[in-house]
Amino acid sequence: MKHLIDPMDLTVEEIDQLIDLGSKILADKEKYQDVCKHKSLATLFFEPSTRTRLSFEAAMLELGGNVLGFSSANSSSASKGESVSDTVRTVSYYSDIIAMRHPKEGAPLVASRKIDVPLINAGDGGHYHPTQTLTDLMTIYQEKGRFHDLTIGMCGDLKFGRTVHSLIKAMSRYENVRFVMISPEELRLPEYIVKDVFEKKNISYQEVRTMEEVMPDLDILYMTRVQRERFFNEQDYIRLKDSFILDLDKLKTAKKDLCIMHPLPRVNEISTKVDDDPRACYFKQVRYGKFIRMALIMTMLGVNVDED
Amino acid sequence: MKIDSIKDGIVLDHIKAGKSMDIYRYLGLDQLDCSVAIIKNVPSNKMGKKDILKIADNFDINLDVLGYVDPDITVCYIKDYEIVEKRHVELPEQIVNIIRCKNPRCITAEERDIDHIFKLTDRENRIYRCVYCESKKSNH
Repeated sequence: MKHLIDPMDLTVEEIDQLIDLGSKILADKEKYQDVCKHKSLATLFFEPSTRTRLSFEAAMLELGGNVLGFSSANSSSASKGESVSDTVRTVSYYSDIIAMRHPKEGAPLVASRKIDVPLINAGDGGHYHPTQTLTDLMTIYQEKGRFHDLTIGMCGDLKFGRTVHSLIKAMSRYENVRFVMISPEELRLPEYIVKDVFEKKNISYQEVRTMEEVMPDLDILYMTRVQRERFFNEQDYIRLKDSFILDLDKLKTAKKDLCIMHPLPRVNEISTKVDDDPRACYFKQVRYGKFIRMALIMTMLGVNVDED
Repeated sequence: MKIDSIKDGIVLDHIKAGKSMDIYRYLGLDQLDCSVAIIKNVPSNKMGKKDILKIADNFDINLDVLGYVDPDITVCYIKDYEIVEKRHVELPEQIVNIIRCKNPRCITAEERDIDHIFKLTDRENRIYRCVYCESKKSNH
């Protein structure tokens, strides 16, 4: 793996290896605290994303490495009209690995073709965000101990939510995974995903309009934000928004070991009262995200740690 | 209507009726100094109607363009009024700088000097996708 642009660039075996390494780091942080000493990660964020940038930086710092970079296009030469390729190529001579976010789709792919150091796509517009998918997979593995034989509910904005699309594609590669799509009609999963993933692979899926009707079946509930601007009119938004808010009442019929996930940031789609429920995994997800990024950085840098 | 045979050059036969002007543009035939005949709506036993392009010059023709626009075209190379070679074009796996990505959110809308590359993702339905943003482009 030279660069990571699309989550589906990773084979199932590569994902297994990353999850395995991430789990080892999680279990013994001290062992890995200097493995990237004298290595530098450049975080090139042409658009702000504090959460993702800090997760990458925390990951590198905890491996003993250094970080450099910028957090918005205004503080880079992009504001002077420099091309993405030139900016990234320049920084590639100062760093050993690059994590890059850009508002334009395909920008990391363009940049990766001009450089010799590995590049991680940290989000390109509404297109790909592979480390979010890895974070989601790490969370599922840590919380459920497997990727097979699971019923996954996806709730909220399934039309524009790139994290949902990537997770569906990634999870569709495992045995006996059932998908339940919970969304308003306006935000249902795009037809091409239904055709290219579910129908092509003969995968079981169900579409519903409320989460209550499927809650008892779910092993995982992946919540996303329903945004006001996605609706044609205010009345539809007001009519539908509460159907997609998770609260303790709706959780009454859920399994005791349900895993509730959310890519964050949350606005109001999960009541804060749910935060203390042991089934709430969305802040754990943030933590797992750091460990899987540590595993990814180590793997892409070719850093190995001797096993005892 | 009578169009003379050409001595040396290329004849593009079996063009879907009405597509000849597209091919004229894609191949940049307006840049050539030689004679170019665009023959439209010729009766055809096989196709009902077809277009034909006759180019009185043996220039290096971009077969990918032809394959993309119309994979049923036959390319006939002419020497001394005789057909010396016939080639059937195919849908190309990849096309570079033939069509442009129109997605305003794609990096091709911003980055200078970038090749517009599309890959064939669905042969049956002739669907191409931008390699950067995956925007769909159907050629029919």
